[in-house]
Amino acid sequence: MESPARRAFLNPLVNNNPITLQILGLCSALAVTKTLATALIMSLAVTAVITLSNAVISLIRRHMPRNVRLIVQITIIASLVIVVDQVLKAYAYGLSKQLSVFVGLIVTNCIIMGRAEAFAMQNGVGLSVLDGLGNALGYSWILILIGSVRELFGSGTLLGTEILPTISAGGWYHPAALMLLPPSAFFLIGFLIWGLRTWKSEQVERSEFRILPAGGSERAP
Amino acid sequence: MPSSTGNNLKSSGRSWFGRLLGMPNDSPLKAVIVTLAVCLVASILVAGSAVLLKPAQEANKERERLARIGEISALLPGVEEAIRMGDSIRLEARVVDLATGRYLRSIDPADFDQRRAAKDPGQSVAIPPKRDLAQIGRRAAFAVVYLVRDEERLRAVILPVHGRGFGSMLYGYLGLSGDLSTVIGLSFYEHGETPGLGALIDDPQWRSLWQGKKVWLGAGIPGIGVAEGPVEPGSPEADYLVDGLTGATWTSRGVTNLLRFWLGEDGFGVYLRNIPNQRG
Repeated sequence: MESPARRAFLNPLVNNNPITLQILGLCSALAVTKTLATALIMSLAVTAVITLSNAVISLIRRHMPRNVRLIVQITIIASLVIVVDQVLKAYAYGLSKQLSVFVGLIVTNCIIMGRAEAFAMQNGVGLSVLDGLGNALGYSWILILIGSVRELFGSGTLLGTEILPTISAGGWYHPAALMLLPPSAFFLIGFLIWGLRTWKSEQVERSEFRILPAGGSERAP
Repeated sequence: MPSSTGNNLKSSGRSWFGRLLGMPNDSPLKAVIVTLAVCLVASILVAGSAVLLKPAQEANKERERLARIGEISALLPGVEEAIRMGDSIRLEARVVDLATGRYLRSIDPADFDQRRAAKDPGQSVAIPPKRDLAQIGRRAAFAVVYLVRDEERLRAVILPVHGRGFGSMLYGYLGLSGDLSTVIGLSFYEHGETPGLGALIDDPQWRSLWQGKKVWLGAGIPGIGVAEGPVEPGSPEADYLVDGLTGATWTSRGVTNLLRFWLGEDGFGVYLRNIPNQRG
């Protein structure tokens, strides 16, 4: 069997990925993946917040008042997010303007609170940090992948460098305008989930009910 | 309760701290103390980062503001080439007394902070609510304007404007041509409008719509503004209105109001009438 540390870190990458399996954190994945640069900065911000919040919450888990623990967790997460936001405003001003409210909305990213409740409240600091890093990476690689695809096919660039010369710039590539709109991230994540579940069929959920053929036994008695 | 003596929290024997950690987690006293302690540490962290990083953030905002002024003056036909060629085009900052419309030589534009002045009752005037289109309450008595000159000819005047949008103050610059009749550009460098809706005031494509719009309906009556909805190209309105932003009616109205305020009598009205008569 794998060691718990290995599992805490590697499991969220593919087998228990927060986006493709738990379907959490989609809102930000749609909003910030128009360009690779914003996806990268968002990934870094979420990584910092989730790792630190897991560490702090795990550190005080034995003294966490049961009945107000969610409030205490949110206080910790929100403070970390404000600090990250302030750092971005100071050192990555242009990108933080592009990310606008979505940095602040990391507070409401379900992945972070989910990990605090499900993991950091029950496990030691070291394991919780690994779990945080693993989940952050699981979130990040999808964001970076979607961000790369959207920027490459939507604007013909990667990190602002021209890869496919677009027609408007005198080249041959006709940019896919859909890629610049948030729904394209929905489609891409959908295809990704399809691909992952074809590869790892144990991720497919059991159907909760079976659709009967039309005109079957559904007639009123 | 041995498990509750904390992993890294040192408790010295049965001191009050040790007793506190030993209390059951559900006791109201411990819940209050732990919650307060978390809040205290969190607030120190937040306040500390805000204070420590403020200089770097202010420098970023200042760079952004200057970049916007440069951007507007670069929209003037021929200016970019002229600056590159090292021609005689100059960008000058001047402090204007808005009541008399005259330049003030006694104040260095680099030292004058219009936003701070607007909060100081000694350096600002209250705007009667009825005339306060931009919803700013008070405005500073002076303002820093930027002049683009080519030899002695005035090519452009860049005016600082601000006013309330939907959820935030919009701060920007309005560039007018040398004869003050047309817009060169309008650019907002600071706002907190809704991303994807009101924040489109920052969108380069929408910004480009302003170029060449007529400013005045009649003498001293500003007509420039944002339409409600799209503007029919070729209609008389298209001379001085730009397309409204879909889903951002309040932001669009805010932009119209702040422009009319700053071009009106409570804003730069007196100064704009005075420009032809004074050599700056």
